[in-house]
Amino acid sequence: MRKSQREIAESSRSISRRVLMLGVIQASVVAVLGLKLRSMQIERADEYRMLSDGNSVKIRLLPPARGLIQDRNGVVIAGNEQNYHVTLTREDAGDVSAVVARLRHVIPMTDRQAADLLAEIRKRSAVTPVMVADRLSWPEFSSLALNAPSLPGVSPEAGLSRSYPRGGDFAHVLGYVGPVSDFDLAKIENPDPVLRLPEFQLGKVGMEVKLEDELRGKAGARRVEVNSAGREMRELSRQEGQQGATVQTTMDARLQNFALQRLGSESAAAVVIDVTNGDIVAIASAPSFDPNKFVRGISGPDYRALMSHDHRPLADKSVQGAYPPGSTFKMVTLLAGLESGIINPGTRFFCPGSLQIAGRKFHCWRKGGHGTVDAVNSLSHSCDVYYYEVAQRIGIDRIAAMARKLGIGVRHDLPMSAITEGIAPDRDWKRARYKQEWQLGDSINASIGQGYVLASPLQLAVMTARVATGRAVEPRLVRAVDGVPVPVKEFAPLDIHPLNLRTARAGMDAVMNSDSGTARRARILAPEWRMAGKTGTSQVRNITAAERARGVISNDQLPWNRRDHALFVCFAPFDSPRYAVSVVVEHGGGGSAVAAPIARDILLFALAGGLPPLSAYPDDGTRAKVQAIWDSMVLMPEPKPQNSRAKV
Amino acid sequence: MSYLDYSVERVPTGWRKILYINWALVALVSAVSCIGFLMLYSVSGGDIDRWAMPQMERFAVGMVLMIGLAFVPIWFWRSISVISYVVCVLLLIAVEAMGHVGMGAQRWLILGPIRIQPSELTKIAYVMVLAAYYDWLPVEKVSRPLWVLIPVMLILLPTALVLMQPDLGTSVMLIAGGGIVMFAAGVSLWYFGAVIAIVVGLVTAVMESRGTDWQLLHEYQFKRIDTFLDPTSDPLGAGYNIMQAQIALGSGGWSGRGFMQGTQSRLNFLPEKHTDFIFTSLAEEFGFVGAASLLALYVLILGFALSSALTNKDRFASLLTIGIAGTFFLYFAINMATVMGMLPAKGSPLPLVSYGGTSLMILLMGFGILQSAHVHRPR
Repeated sequence: MRKSQREIAESSRSISRRVLMLGVIQASVVAVLGLKLRSMQIERADEYRMLSDGNSVKIRLLPPARGLIQDRNGVVIAGNEQNYHVTLTREDAGDVSAVVARLRHVIPMTDRQAADLLAEIRKRSAVTPVMVADRLSWPEFSSLALNAPSLPGVSPEAGLSRSYPRGGDFAHVLGYVGPVSDFDLAKIENPDPVLRLPEFQLGKVGMEVKLEDELRGKAGARRVEVNSAGREMRELSRQEGQQGATVQTTMDARLQNFALQRLGSESAAAVVIDVTNGDIVAIASAPSFDPNKFVRGISGPDYRALMSHDHRPLADKSVQGAYPPGSTFKMVTLLAGLESGIINPGTRFFCPGSLQIAGRKFHCWRKGGHGTVDAVNSLSHSCDVYYYEVAQRIGIDRIAAMARKLGIGVRHDLPMSAITEGIAPDRDWKRARYKQEWQLGDSINASIGQGYVLASPLQLAVMTARVATGRAVEPRLVRAVDGVPVPVKEFAPLDIHPLNLRTARAGMDAVMNSDSGTARRARILAPEWRMAGKTGTSQVRNITAAERARGVISNDQLPWNRRDHALFVCFAPFDSPRYAVSVVVEHGGGGSAVAAPIARDILLFALAGGLPPLSAYPDDGTRAKVQAIWDSMVLMPEPKPQNSRAKV
Repeated sequence: MSYLDYSVERVPTGWRKILYINWALVALVSAVSCIGFLMLYSVSGGDIDRWAMPQMERFAVGMVLMIGLAFVPIWFWRSISVISYVVCVLLLIAVEAMGHVGMGAQRWLILGPIRIQPSELTKIAYVMVLAAYYDWLPVEKVSRPLWVLIPVMLILLPTALVLMQPDLGTSVMLIAGGGIVMFAAGVSLWYFGAVIAIVVGLVTAVMESRGTDWQLLHEYQFKRIDTFLDPTSDPLGAGYNIMQAQIALGSGGWSGRGFMQGTQSRLNFLPEKHTDFIFTSLAEEFGFVGAASLLALYVLILGFALSSALTNKDRFASLLTIGIAGTFFLYFAINMATVMGMLPAKGSPLPLVSYGGTSLMILLMGFGILQSAHVHRPR
């Protein structure tokens, strides 16, 4: 559409008029901005400069006290302790090297440490306080406070630091805290300002990091008047922070302590689950380490000692360790067979000591064979050939499905680090993992918990709890947060026929209590605590045909790390199960000889709520052995009943 | 008005267009951007890779884009104005719908290496459609109620969609920017008086609504108003930022503390020191001299743009230039007023200086279109 010259002229005039008006409006806005800038930067500059230089009021963050972690009875297992530390702020110090030199008269420091400190101070911004030393003794601290006038920028402060009063007992579950690193900050979007305080501690591993949000609390603030050296003159107002939530765990500190001592110097793990509600009452990994050393900054030699230890103290074997479950897996294979309908509890197989399958010879652990074996006997004698026969008939997929149903090959979600999923292998898994087809021999190996099958001690305990109750027991570690109980889940039935479950339990009972049971020597005599269990011994090496012909080398003659793993799972009381226990002793030798007695003692301690009476043990020399073990222990005293919301 | 009325042959063609670009404006834009790089380098504590380098890379891309857009004939922009407006509205609706699916995570449109928020694109598209509308509308009809209602609807439709995101800051910008175009087009001053009266009434109503069950704003938005009115009421939260920003800004004094000498490490507690609050760092390190110089540069950019609009006899090009310049003005005025404590903090970048690809890219694209209007003005 064309426009007339008149229209164009009118449009131009109108726009010009309005642009001029717009220009005036915008110019006045700019003038207001300019005037405000002038008033702030020229007229009131001194006032702001004073505020900025910290001559007057400063806001200081008050780090919140970290939430406590308690055991199920309110015993504090992670608390806070008073910590005197000293920080240095470059902006306030002036000549930093002179101040550090004077500081060295009060706090002993090597030349190396002093150089590191100076480098650190120069690296950080001028107003960020840098930690000079912490965990000062009272004399050092008071001497610093006395010398304050000659040490500008140095501020001695009293704060809180994490401490683990039970030492190594809970090291793997709780993990530990540490100073906030740049790496930590980089991972968090919009980090809480309190994280930048030099003494602030952040969960690094385990429950401390998994429950960081609950445990951290909320920072407070105080407004203080400071002089030109940055030293506080007086506090103007104070808004207290809020302590992090108190987390009450399901663990029992005494049982945990006992379990760790009972595992002794072995490289081992034990898990105790209350089958009625899934509470993990104890979860121990041995050997342990002192998390307090990590909080305080572990020394090089100490750290190297932990790293080079062949028993791997830093690893949490209870949830991170994945082991071939060996014969403890036989409940899975048995239940898979019974549920398939292909075998029944009365089905018998003949064990001649070995079985020829697909051109390979698979051996039973007992060279001479077990003769005719039914379901219950297969468990109590731990006959391998029986399971080879079952696996051939039902196939791996049914076994894997049953394993997952019982909690193996499934990740159990607990607030702990690096929980393993284990492996419940099936055809699809092998195709995805190795790009190979599943072989019959793989099924044979898997049927007795060897080959590809891997399970953690936690998973074995869950499996046992599920067999014992017939319900899908889920483990849990947190009982209450800030006094509010975490509701106990109602566990759904497992959808396994009760008769089949009863057969598996009868087999586990026979392992302990029948005359020819493989773990008869570890049985509990007291009828009210009658125990059912299953041994496992898993190979970590191949036995060649040549070796088998010569005679299998016994564990005693092998180097430690080539010996078999010893495993044991059990539950009690048999009639109304309360606790399920799993024990894995790495390279311990035989399950019945090594793992079973440990599991029995831990189970009895849990049932008796302390050291059980000797009368619970069979009178065949066991009592003397047990007494000797107890005499070598220093047990934690029974906790005094106390307020569960204990103050720091 | 059509370009056919003028001697189109006198409009530069081909590479000759490069001679007709408003190079003073290009120089000013580059100068402000350089101040931005300098400040980003400073607030990162001397870590060039953190913010300065990525910003420079985007600036380079944006400059090429800007010159490229300047070559596009201005009538092209008019012919696509309606389509681009419709596309922007559809995109806003799409983002809104996807946002619900993606739990609010989808607010971005990905164009190769560039991620752009549709709400930012809208800022250009709706100015184009308004300019085209007033170009088409005979001048004598401009103030008739029906013909005022149409542009108001054109403004309110994207505004409502942006408000649903919810992005209050951008909504206010859209309304004010559209208002500037309508004002320049010659809509009667009575309408503007009426709108101001309604807004005052509405603000009163909103403030009264707090705590009742017909509450009109989110609680966090009320909190921002609270801390704006009294920063000390929440010294740890939002008020902390404003107080620290004002202290830093005021302490700059006449000549500032010097480059990289600002104690803005104290602003370490200030997460937006490289984006919304970068003006405080500039004012702290270069003082009144530096801050006022930046303000002067902005005013010069605005001046060059408005004078280009005044000399442009094409109504569409003129209004488009005013709209883009007006949006630019709103950007820097709102940001500066915010950090000086004159407006509630609501997250708006300082144009060409703050770190952020989208706002830089959109601004440079806007300047490219502005240049296009300048290059192709009827002679």
